Amino acid sequence: MQKEKFDAIVVGAGPAGTTSALIMAKAGLSVALLERGDYPGAKNMYGGAIYRWPLELIVPDFAEKAPIERRIVDHRFMILSKSSGFNFSFKNLSFAQPPYNAFTTLRAKFDLWYAKLAEEAGALLATSVSVTDLIWDGKKIVGVRAGKGSENELYGNIVIAADGANSKLAIQAGLRHPLRPEEVALGVKEILELDRKIIESRFNLGENEGVAIQALGVTHGMMGGGFIYTNKNSLSIGLVVLLEHLIKSKIRPYDLLDEFKRHPLIEPLIEGGEPKEYSAHLVPESGYYGIPKLYTDGLMVVGDAASLTSSIYQEGVNMAIESGIYAAKAAIKAKELGDYSSNTLSYYEKLLKSSYVMKELYQLKDLPKIFRDNPRLFSIYPDLINYVMKELFSMDGELRRVKSKKIIKMIRQRVGFSKLLLDLIKARKIFSY
Amino acid sequence: MSKAGLKIIVCIKQVPAVQDIKIDPITHTLIRESMPSMLNPWDEIGVEEGIRLREKYGGEVTVITMGPMQAKEAILRCLAMGADRGIIISDKALAGSDTIATAYALYMQIKKMEYDLIICGKISTDSETGHIGPHLAELLNIPQICYVKKVDLDIEKRRIIAHKEADGGIEIVEAPLPALMTTTIGLNEPRLPTLKGIISSKRKEVKVVTAKDLGGSLSNYGLRGSPTFVDEVFEPPSRKPEMIFQGDPKEAVEKIVQVLLNKKLISSRS
Amino acid sequence: MLERSEEIPNHKGIWVFTEQIDGKLKNVGLELLGAGRKIADKLGEELVAVLLGHDVNGLVKDLGAYGADKVILVEHELLKQFTVDAYTKVLAELSIKHKPSVFFIGGTLNGRELAPRLAARLNTGITSDCVDFDINSDGHLIHVKPFGKLMAKIICKTRPQMATAKPNVFKKLEPNWDRRAKIVREEVKINPEDIRTKILGRVEANKNPYGSIEDADVIVAVGKGLCSKENLKLIQELADLLGASVACTRPTVDRGWLPSSQQVGQSGKTVSPKLYIAIGISGAMYHTVGMKNSDIIIAINKDPKAPIFQIATYGVVGDLFKILPLLIDRLKKEVKEVKLRITAKDTQKRIN
Ligand SMILES: Cc1cc2nc3c(=O)[nH]c(=O)nc-3n(C[C@H](O)[C@H](O)[C@H](O)COP(=O)(O)OP(=O)(O)OC[C@H]3O[C@@H](n4cnc5c(N)ncnc54)[C@H](O)[C@@H]3O)c2cc1C
Ligand SMILES: Cc1cc2nc3c(=O)[nH]c(=O)nc-3n(C[C@H](O)[C@H](O)[C@H](O)COP(=O)(O)OP(=O)(O)OC[C@H]3O[C@@H](n4cnc5c(N)ncnc54)[C@H](O)[C@@H]3O)c2cc1C
Ligand SMILES: Nc1ncnc2c1ncn2[C@@H]1O[C@H](COP(=O)(O)O)[C@@H](O)[C@H]1O
Repeated sequence: MQKEKFDAIVVGAGPAGTTSALIMAKAGLSVALLERGDYPGAKNMYGGAIYRWPLELIVPDFAEKAPIERRIVDHRFMILSKSSGFNFSFKNLSFAQPPYNAFTTLRAKFDLWYAKLAEEAGALLATSVSVTDLIWDGKKIVGVRAGKGSENELYGNIVIAADGANSKLAIQAGLRHPLRPEEVALGVKEILELDRKIIESRFNLGENEGVAIQALGVTHGMMGGGFIYTNKNSLSIGLVVLLEHLIKSKIRPYDLLDEFKRHPLIEPLIEGGEPKEYSAHLVPESGYYGIPKLYTDGLMVVGDAASLTSSIYQEGVNMAIESGIYAAKAAIKAKELGDYSSNTLSYYEKLLKSSYVMKELYQLKDLPKIFRDNPRLFSIYPDLINYVMKELFSMDGELRRVKSKKIIKMIRQRVGFSKLLLDLIKARKIFSY
Repeated sequence: MSKAGLKIIVCIKQVPAVQDIKIDPITHTLIRESMPSMLNPWDEIGVEEGIRLREKYGGEVTVITMGPMQAKEAILRCLAMGADRGIIISDKALAGSDTIATAYALYMQIKKMEYDLIICGKISTDSETGHIGPHLAELLNIPQICYVKKVDLDIEKRRIIAHKEADGGIEIVEAPLPALMTTTIGLNEPRLPTLKGIISSKRKEVKVVTAKDLGGSLSNYGLRGSPTFVDEVFEPPSRKPEMIFQGDPKEAVEKIVQVLLNKKLISSRS
Repeated sequence: MLERSEEIPNHKGIWVFTEQIDGKLKNVGLELLGAGRKIADKLGEELVAVLLGHDVNGLVKDLGAYGADKVILVEHELLKQFTVDAYTKVLAELSIKHKPSVFFIGGTLNGRELAPRLAARLNTGITSDCVDFDINSDGHLIHVKPFGKLMAKIICKTRPQMATAKPNVFKKLEPNWDRRAKIVREEVKINPEDIRTKILGRVEANKNPYGSIEDADVIVAVGKGLCSKENLKLIQELADLLGASVACTRPTVDRGWLPSSQQVGQSGKTVSPKLYIAIGISGAMYHTVGMKNSDIIIAINKDPKAPIFQIATYGVVGDLFKILPLLIDRLKKEVKEVKLRITAKDTQKRIN
């Protein structure tokens, strides 16, 4: 057999890789999309929600066609202490109407559906392929290897590393270092099967409507939080915690998840849910400063592999897709020019720089550090808010004036006003560029 | 045997990769769509053996399955391992087939083909009947050798020689070709598809066959053609612990022995 | 192909193929006589044992004692050893001649090879691995068998209604040695050419030191709670006392304590013995899917919250290193013999 060569080899059929493959295939490039799972999505997990944009740029009618669980109409926040919670919610009924805004989906279904589109567009999707190495010709990357022997080699003009957080390929290409514990969070999640009617009445939802819940104060002060998403017949419940903190605390992630599930305000929400699936996954948390060099001769890095995520808003899929679009555009241009050197591929970086992804991550660039160094956010403040609320709402014959004094004393004890002020200033900085 | 060498047919089946299978409340049949699935492990061994025999004697390995179109994934896996081509018999009219109707559909297809050896799995992990192999051998009126642990062919004499599991040991048996054999775990270690194998599998032929293509009366297929049907599905009475014992180990041992005695699993000396 | 027989009234009689090997009856055939007796009585039909072999008429009285009204006996040189070709031919001809309504075949290796071939020749339905039988209002046999997590009732529209059952699922009747079965000898022509699959010889199988788990009646299973490979001695001793096979969880395989042939669960084997003793096993779903259908589950675990206690029939909370030595001691001292062994011997005695 002669040495087969593709225009582009995409490693990883997550949202980033599939997007690139789809766009390149549509433009007539010969594309191999390699995925280590038995099928795309088999091993992938995330919290639960994708946004309309930028997916609609690629698949305008995806809201009808994609395997969507529910349309999110209600975003809830729960700031929890041991046995109480300060909760608020934003519900917008226009989110229940086209064009909608955000959707819960299950990756096992979504990624599969999406990759099939790339396949239909002409990309050759090969599953159960775990890429182990890059193949080099001098300092140029010319292919990938998935095991020993020539039977496991594949050649291409461009390799797109879309292999997710801690990208093996980007590391091998010398573009990045392995993620350090302070740069990455561990997400753990369970899917609990529950009757759709129960979900709808329990969360006050119409048919096909869904809710996304973020919870703070459930991580023993570690940077991170909990989440619940409603799917059609199931709930996704999980936690994301900075790996560094997790290692230090010696708390086992599933114990933490168990504790979250048993929180008195959470338990009734998931009652009767039958555990179906348990999974764990890494999320890059380093933000703007963690973004590696994005290309080299014959290779580009997209999505999580390039640490393109924004943790506080639980965004990642949208950024993966957007970066995938630009990498594909650069590849198409490279093919036109017949030049696959970093010279041409720098076009990818140029496009990304003026995109939503980079601008947004730049704005939030200080956030990861602020969060990481501030355990107050994840336990003391939630406790305090709950304490304040309890004092304000409880009637026990004590004058409000006395209560305020108690509150002030408590704040002084637990944080101190200077720190509180500093935290407030930082918080303002984050949200009001 | 034709000039082109051995013609081997491997019957394969896609099975759910999870134990938690779902059952259609109306037809009482397995819901196979949209569940994570895999190639029945015994069939994977069958494909491997087919490829090894081909590598030894030359020829062609065809894999064949009857099932929903999703089962094409399982065919592709076999092609990636090295099988030459695939056939999927897929049609709504075939839904609800029991083992007799399944074997009949396979028979209608296979009897039109050339074959020297047919390989089936000992059982499939979802229906676990192990019926199809013997059914099919009977319909084709060829000898069968079940539970094969080792196999070779005598090409000159057109015979198959196999070691098979039997009660109390291994039997060495022989039969003329064409014949049908079923696999056991341990017959071989199936190979993992290589990257090139996977890529080339995408370009191999997978023929789709409908009930009409099979020919014969439609009433022989699917639920209608099945002598058996599932009349009712019920939840087995759930088991609640009869006893949880917490305390002195001596007493605990006493309790266990009591259970064994009561259930007549052991009998007492006294 | 034979025309399908749906003329139900023409078919009468509950047949059981009572397999013998080297002149010894297989237990499962006797067990099916037990199951068949109930059905025969309900329908008011005859319970017929079908016995094939060479020089096996001595077994007829056993078949009577275990419940058969009648024994159809075919003796022939070429039936001495089981071959699927000869046995299928004889049983098919008998069935076509006598038109039974029900035909049970024990799920031994031979039975599982024979039954589906015979069903295809008779062009009738067959249900494997039944665990219960009943009769519905139309007079059809209800075959009860596991179906995923659930149980299914299966009906067969054609005759005979064929079924197999695994050994140890049904109970033998208490033998009544005063009962005599009618003998009907049948002649069937068999030529050497009819037997296409020829037996050239036999090799004794390498014995698996831990015992095969798929068809074991008693399984002693261990998990990571065992702590080290050395402690397997304890488990083996208990297993030997109970005549049990040894099974295990995945982590014990990963650690190289036991071979993967013994692993039970999602990525291992599925077992359904009469007794499953789970020792130092937490009871993760991935493990329990492979054993939750066991008749009796005894769990020994020091953690009272271990999920294994949710599916155990009997749970013992405690340290296995304290409990096992005591249990082994007690079994050695006080217990005469393992019941399952007794039954095996006892039938052998009678049969010889
Ligand atoms: C707990 C958690 C909650 C999250 N919640 C959200 C949310 O609600 N909304 C949101 O938008 N984002 C969320 N994210 C982030 C989001 O999941 C990621 O940003 C997004 O999946 C990145 O897409 P990707 O294609 O870059 O990588 P991935 O989705 O990780 O895809 C990488 C693919 O590459 C494959 N692969 C890896 N290595 C190899 C190899 N060597 N060979 C072949 N294939 C390989 C993998 O199997 C995988 O299919 C969450 C993440 C976590 C962990
Ligand atoms: C995809 C997948 C497939 C899997 N497939 C399988 C499978 O096929 N089979 C399988 O078994 N697992 C499988 N697993 C693993 C499974 O999830 C569990 O990890 C495993 O079953 C646990 O094994 P264990 O009970 O031996 O170990 P553990 O969970 O570590 O439990 C050990 C138990 O021993 C108890 N113990 C410790 N010391 C003592 C003592 N002195 N006395 C009494 N009790 C003691 C402890 O309380 C604990 O409950 C799979 C997992 C995955 C993700
Ligand atoms: N639908 C099917 N299509 C092709 N082969 C099958 C099918 N079902 C079963 N088989 C074959 O029969 C064997 C035994 O399966 P079963 O009788 O379902 O236990 C399998 O290992 C396959 O080789």
